[in-house]
Amino acid sequence: MLSLSTRRRPLSPPAPDSTVPEGRGPARRRPAGRTDPPARHRWISPLALLLTWQAGSAVGLIPERLLPGPSTIAATGLELLRDGTLLPAIGTSLQRVLIGFGIGAAAGTVLAVATGLSRWGENLLDPPMQMLRTLPIFGLIPLFILWFGIGELPKVALVVIAVVIPLYVNTYAGIRGVDARFHEVARVVGLGRAGTLRHVVLPGALPNLLVGLRLSLGSAWLALIVAEQINVDEGLGFMINSAREFLRTDIVVFGLIVYSLLGLATDSLVRLLERKALVWRRGLRP
Amino acid sequence: MAPRTATLTTAGEAAAVRGVHKAFDGRTVLDDLDLTIVEGEFVALLGRSGSGKSTLLRLLAGLDLEHGGDVGTADSVMVAFQEPRLLPWKKVGANVVLGLDTDDPRGRASSALGEVGLAGHADAWPATLSGGEAQRASLARALVRDPGLLLLDEPFGALDALTRATMHDLVLRLWEQHRPGVLLVTHDVDEALQLADRALVLTDGRISWESAIDLERPRHRQDPRLLDLRTEILAELGVDMNGTP
Ligand SMILES: Nc1ncnc2c1ncn2[C@@H]1O[C@H](COP(=O)(O)OP(=O)(O)OP(=O)(O)O)[C@@H](O)[C@H]1O
Ligand SMILES: [Mg+2]
Repeated sequence: MLSLSTRRRPLSPPAPDSTVPEGRGPARRRPAGRTDPPARHRWISPLALLLTWQAGSAVGLIPERLLPGPSTIAATGLELLRDGTLLPAIGTSLQRVLIGFGIGAAAGTVLAVATGLSRWGENLLDPPMQMLRTLPIFGLIPLFILWFGIGELPKVALVVIAVVIPLYVNTYAGIRGVDARFHEVARVVGLGRAGTLRHVVLPGALPNLLVGLRLSLGSAWLALIVAEQINVDEGLGFMINSAREFLRTDIVVFGLIVYSLLGLATDSLVRLLERKALVWRRGLRP
Repeated sequence: MAPRTATLTTAGEAAAVRGVHKAFDGRTVLDDLDLTIVEGEFVALLGRSGSGKSTLLRLLAGLDLEHGGDVGTADSVMVAFQEPRLLPWKKVGANVVLGLDTDDPRGRASSALGEVGLAGHADAWPATLSGGEAQRASLARALVRDPGLLLLDEPFGALDALTRATMHDLVLRLWEQHRPGVLLVTHDVDEALQLADRALVLTDGRISWESAIDLERPRHRQDPRLLDLRTEILAELGVDMNGTP
């Protein structure tokens, strides 16, 4: 759990055929941290891409009809915000994701606990879950339309399925991975079943559960985007689809950007949670 | 083998093992073993690697119920394992009072930690403790429950010689205060001779040798009686004093 780093110091002077010129001190001295470029350099290439794109659009190299320039897209975004299209659309889509995610996360965790803690649960529940895992979930769309019609239900159901599986698989692995020696400690100090679950199993599985959470949030958004391609009359997917009919590429691209920003936001939320919940893993910190 | 548990019938005993048999996959490890530890007695258990010391300890701890014969123990049994086994996701104090039914967990934790010289570490994460500190926290976790029987499975095995000596003093002091019956599993003959009231050697599934160590503590390493016992134990363990094991 702790990461160990070893720093080696050269024990002998550089070999004669070394490329290091003589009389320049130790062969491979590496001043820690000084050779690593600062993290803010990571902004350089995205900014350069954006500028190239803008320039390409401005001089007409990139046809406006296929891909409008960043400034056009930003203006479109502002316009959508001002005329009251954007926020309700985001609200609707966010609501679908959150409902589906909530149900899926709860179901995935409960299933994983049931499977992880009892042989009965494992034998009865794990096989169908593994079967579900191999199912291409987007192949379920026609079936869901037949079953649930074209309202909110099939969309939310698709998100639920997309969330349950990664969360279940990871949490189950986490629970099974909790060191048997910690279970013995729980027995020795007389923690009951509930106490063992609370103090040993769940915290021990938490790192995996959080990984599952991030993966499942990602697939929740993916499932939503696909689900919103079919028969919608509100939400971000509707905004994008109607824009396509009027050849408003700028709105389509802007919609995509909103999707990815929303995904980024929810992901950062989980990462924040991760940092808070897993302080114990950092161990030796200043 | 049917799981069998027995409650202790005789007063004044911390542990009573009668005719215990234990096999793994048909291979016998403990064979008709008898052992009694009276209240407050400090017993050291020696034996070659694989002789079944940890197996016996797990039976006494109630971690393994699949055995023949009777195993009876005091009401409360606590274990300190070779590794400290602190839950890494709980602060040290919370580890010490894990599962303890008390109105004042913080107070109990810090007084128990104070006893092992870790006052002020209650809010540290286990990963920040040194090996010796973690082992002391694990001792605090065992002793905070005032067990009638304390099982120690090579708890000092992983420590350096200096820390080990300090731990010996600490264990003796805690034992004198709390007076649990102790079963200390160890590889170190000198450790057994320094600490215990009685030393046992486990060979071929039974107690093959035992002797009381009726000497005042602290004991001098070069005491001729200890040296005699040492030679006897090493012979019993099959170690030739003049050569290699
Ligand atoms: N769960 C198990 N399954 C199968 N065999 C086991 C199991 N636990 C212990 N054994 C076997 O029982 C024997 C006794 O093991 P045990 O751990 O009690 O030895 P020990 O005396 O504690 O040795 P050491 O001093 O090396 O710790 C060994 O041969 C071991 O391989
Ligand atoms: Mg052992």
